[in-house]
Amino acid sequence: MNVETAYQTLRTGKVSDAMFGVVHGVRTWPFSLKSGAAIVAVVALLGVLAPVLTPYDPIVGNYSEALDPPSLAHPFGTDNFGRDLLARVLYGAAIDLQIGFVATYVPLVIGVALGAMAGYLGGWFDSLLMRLVDLLIAFPFLVLIIVILAILGPGIQNMYIAIFAVGWTLYARLARAEMLVIREQEYILAARALGYGRLRIIFRHALPNLIGSSLVFSMSDFVLNILLASSLSFFGMGVQPPAPEWGAIVSDGRDWLLQAWWIATLPGLAIIVTGLGLSLIGDGLSKILGQRNNPAL
Amino acid sequence: MRLVGYSVRRVFEMMPALLGITLFSFLFIKLLPGDPIMIMFGGRASPETIAAGRARLGLDEPLSTQYLLFLTNAVQGDLGRSITQRAPVTQLIGERLVPSLFLLAYSTIISVALALPLAILSAQRSEQPVDHVIRTFGMITFAMPSFWLGLLMILLFGLVFGLFPISGWGEDFLGHLHSLFLPSLTIGLFLAPILIQSLRSSLLDIMQAEYIEAARAKGLSASRVMWKHVLRNALIPTITILAVNVGFLIGGTVVVESVFGIPGVGRLLIQSVLSRDYPTIQGLTLVFGLLVMSVNLLADLSYVVIDPRVIYK
Repeated sequence: MNVETAYQTLRTGKVSDAMFGVVHGVRTWPFSLKSGAAIVAVVALLGVLAPVLTPYDPIVGNYSEALDPPSLAHPFGTDNFGRDLLARVLYGAAIDLQIGFVATYVPLVIGVALGAMAGYLGGWFDSLLMRLVDLLIAFPFLVLIIVILAILGPGIQNMYIAIFAVGWTLYARLARAEMLVIREQEYILAARALGYGRLRIIFRHALPNLIGSSLVFSMSDFVLNILLASSLSFFGMGVQPPAPEWGAIVSDGRDWLLQAWWIATLPGLAIIVTGLGLSLIGDGLSKILGQRNNPAL
Repeated sequence: MRLVGYSVRRVFEMMPALLGITLFSFLFIKLLPGDPIMIMFGGRASPETIAAGRARLGLDEPLSTQYLLFLTNAVQGDLGRSITQRAPVTQLIGERLVPSLFLLAYSTIISVALALPLAILSAQRSEQPVDHVIRTFGMITFAMPSFWLGLLMILLFGLVFGLFPISGWGEDFLGHLHSLFLPSLTIGLFLAPILIQSLRSSLLDIMQAEYIEAARAKGLSASRVMWKHVLRNALIPTITILAVNVGFLIGGTVVVESVFGIPGVGRLLIQSVLSRDYPTIQGLTLVFGLLVMSVNLLADLSYVVIDPRVIYK
């Protein structure tokens, strides 16, 4: 074997190893994670590719086709403005997934950072933060969001502000509880003995070990946030018409329940499918992370 | 006697939370942009009413005095007057509290009735097909938006089959049970998966416990072990899960009351926000906070009844 072929096998070997690593990684995923990831990926793709997938406009309708029942031309039927509902649901995927993502992961970052710091530092910062958390969770989540929206006024921007203001509390509690355990671990003592700064210990050493439970919870939270945003939009407090948000579409169909049942019912299926995908990912993640936390492995 | 002492202590421990809840409700009106008195009266009031309102709220006094005044008025049942409904806020909320509490209790019962047998089945046949079916089914009902499921039920069972009324909450007790069945089922189907998931894992934990092994070793039948030993110990986690999720439960009633046209506090909240009826929103904020607090207190007290050892911990 000459140098060149050896180099070649080495190179290809590396590449295929890497490929094998990815494929093997996905292969070892629990079934729920695989199927959940596939569902969410399909929904996201449908949302992104909506302009290519459907010839209809989600905002401007054709009045001559108003309230048409599901047919080959309009698989989900049309609404009272003659808009193709499938087109609105497809475009809505991008809106709902984006809202769900932002409304989940911005509070996660804020909450985990604050909770981890409170758990590690203790003292007045911890007491102050936990009193604030106690106050915020003393109210039903939805009620608090609605009351904040009553102060700020409706709209997607204000909905984000309201969710950011309240949503971090659960993550802060989770991260703090984990930190109280991790703080006593030997590797933290080792890091401290090496003279590392407190922030470095919190964010470089402890954080990777306490983020797991928050990530698992974030999948349920993702579902809850999509439900929350669509509920708020349903009541006219969230995404404003004519944007094709799923809850807003269902709300449009409220006045046409008997004449056009498809407006209020079919878009709901999109929420359920997305929610199921996210819950499956959460189930799979908890299995993987549970394994990793198992000292036997 | 011990129970009374414990209850009193728990109530006192809740004082900071109560303080926070009242403070938040008090500050709510202050956080609104603009003159609070114009907001309170919706901008169309005579100078006399405005002057009276100013005096009642003590708007020229320092903030702490205003807060004390708010508390004094609230304790005496005075939460101001609704802008849009021409009635005292306390009266508006009082009239609507009973349907909401009925709905809360009804949906809790339905969700426990759904969750308990399924959680037991799921735990007994852990990681078997039945378990997977139950959990997948739970994921689906968890993802169903309440407003959507509610509309679907109205359409199917109300309009098409005509089995249930599509709005209101009935005249007498049986009427309430009948009218609130679909709304309660809607909330129950959302809450049940949360209960099943937590109950399943606590049942699995309990089934591993040594006293269960001892019961089995004594030669007790599987059903006796389940009912007398496992379930009894699963009661406390169930109540804890219910209490932790009471916020979700109340959030569910807010949505469902509006969809089914039930004259409850949740529907009042949505109406008040949409019509910018700020005094009513303020009163409701206080009431919802107190409601969550009372449920938590109730849960704490029920632990003592179920397991007297709690007092000594």
